[in-house]
Amino acid sequence: MRLPETPSQTIGPFFAVGLPWPDGPDVVPAGTPGAVLIGGQVIDGADDPVTDALVETWQADPDGRFAHPDDPSGPATSGFRGFGRCATDAEGRWAIRTLKPGPLPVPGGGVEAPHLNLSVFARGLLNRLVTRVYFPDEAGANAADPLLASIADPAVRARLVAVADGDGLRFDIHLQGTLETPFLAI
Amino acid sequence: MPAYRPEDPGTHPPLDFPGYRSTRLRHPQQPLVPLPHRLTEVTGPLLGEGRVAETDHDLTVQHAGEPLGERITVTGRVLAGDGRPVPGTLVEVWQANAGGRYRHDGDHHPAPLDPNFSGGGRCLTDAEGRFRFVTVKPGAYPWKNHPNAWRPAHIHFSLFGRAFVQRLITQMYFPGDPLFAYDPILQSVPEAARERLVSRLDMDLTTPEWALGYRWDIVLRGRQATPLEDEDDDR
Repeated sequence: MRLPETPSQTIGPFFAVGLPWPDGPDVVPAGTPGAVLIGGQVIDGADDPVTDALVETWQADPDGRFAHPDDPSGPATSGFRGFGRCATDAEGRWAIRTLKPGPLPVPGGGVEAPHLNLSVFARGLLNRLVTRVYFPDEAGANAADPLLASIADPAVRARLVAVADGDGLRFDIHLQGTLETPFLAI
Repeated sequence: MPAYRPEDPGTHPPLDFPGYRSTRLRHPQQPLVPLPHRLTEVTGPLLGEGRVAETDHDLTVQHAGEPLGERITVTGRVLAGDGRPVPGTLVEVWQANAGGRYRHDGDHHPAPLDPNFSGGGRCLTDAEGRFRFVTVKPGAYPWKNHPNAWRPAHIHFSLFGRAFVQRLITQMYFPGDPLFAYDPILQSVPEAARERLVSRLDMDLTTPEWALGYRWDIVLRGRQATPLEDEDDDR
C-alpha cells in the first residue's frame, strides 16, 4: 500500500502562537552535569539575521542511544529527551542546552561521529532545511564519519562542525550565500 | 532498523519559488547533500506525554467566554505512507481568529483581536491515529507578498510521526476557497498534490445545531515496502 504524502508548507511568521515550549531549549535542565550550550545565528542571503526561524534538534544520549524503541541497541534508559526546540530572537540567535551525544554504529559497518540532526523552519522556507552539527573536539571521529567524508570540499565540510565559543559551542546557519551551510536531502 | 522511503518527488514545494517573495533570500543555492538514513534519521522524538492537557484540543474553551466566529471541528487521521496509522503522536496547531488576525506582536492586520481566542492547540492521536480539534474557522487575511495579497483561510499543523524523516509542518485549507488561485504558498505545491492540503466538509462529522465538521487526513513518509509487497503493488 502506498498513500500519497501530505506536502509541506511554510511555518510562517506567527508560529509562536502554538509551537514554542518554555522548556524547549532545555534538552537537559540547567545544572545537569556535562551540559553544553550549543547555539548561533540564523542568517539569510543578505547577511541579515533571520528573526522568525524555529530550530529543532534531535540526537542520541552520551551512550549513543536514542529515546526510541526502534534503536536496535535498546532505547535510552537515561530519560534523556534528545529533542530541542528554540525560536530565534531579535538578533536571529538560537541556543539549546544539551549533552554531547555518543558515536553511533553504522548498520553494516563503520561509525558516525557524535552529531545532532538539526531542522530549520521559517517564513520563506516552504519545506524545512535539515543539517547536522558535529563537534570540534572529535577530529578523528569526524574524519571517519561517512556524511562528512561525502563532502569533497574541506571548507564546506568544516561548516558542519561547531566552533568552541567560551564555555559553549557556536553553530551559525547561513541559509544562502558564500558561507551557505550544507543542507541535507533525507 | 526500519527503512523509510526517500522523499517522494512531486510532493513538496520547491525551496526557490519566486512567487513567494520571502523565499528569495532564504533558499539554499547549493544542491542538497544526500544523507542515507541511519539511526538518527529513523528515530525521532516521541513527545506528548505530560505535554497535552485535557482541553488543549479545544481552542474555544481557553478563556472565560466563547470566541466569536463559525464554530467547527477538524478531525482526521495521521497515517504513514505505507498505510499504517501513527498512534500517540503529538499534533500541534495554530491559526488566526475568525477575523483573520493572529494573537502575535508581528501581526499588524487591523482586524480585531478576540479576547476569548488565543489560536494554539495540541493533542495526541489515539490508537487509530485519529485527532480532533474544536475551534472557530479562521478568517482570510491580507499580507505584503504582492499588491492586494490575501491568504486563504488555513490552520497550521505540526507533526512528528515516529522518525526524524517524518517530521512535517504544513497548512490545512477549507474546501472551495476562491483565494486558492491567488495564493503563492498553496500554488507552490505541485499541482497534483495540492488537493491533499484541502479538508472536506463531512456532514457525518457535523454536530447538529452546534458545529460544522471538516475531515483532513495527513500522510507522513512511509516505510519501504519489502520486495514481496512491491510485487503485489505491481499487479
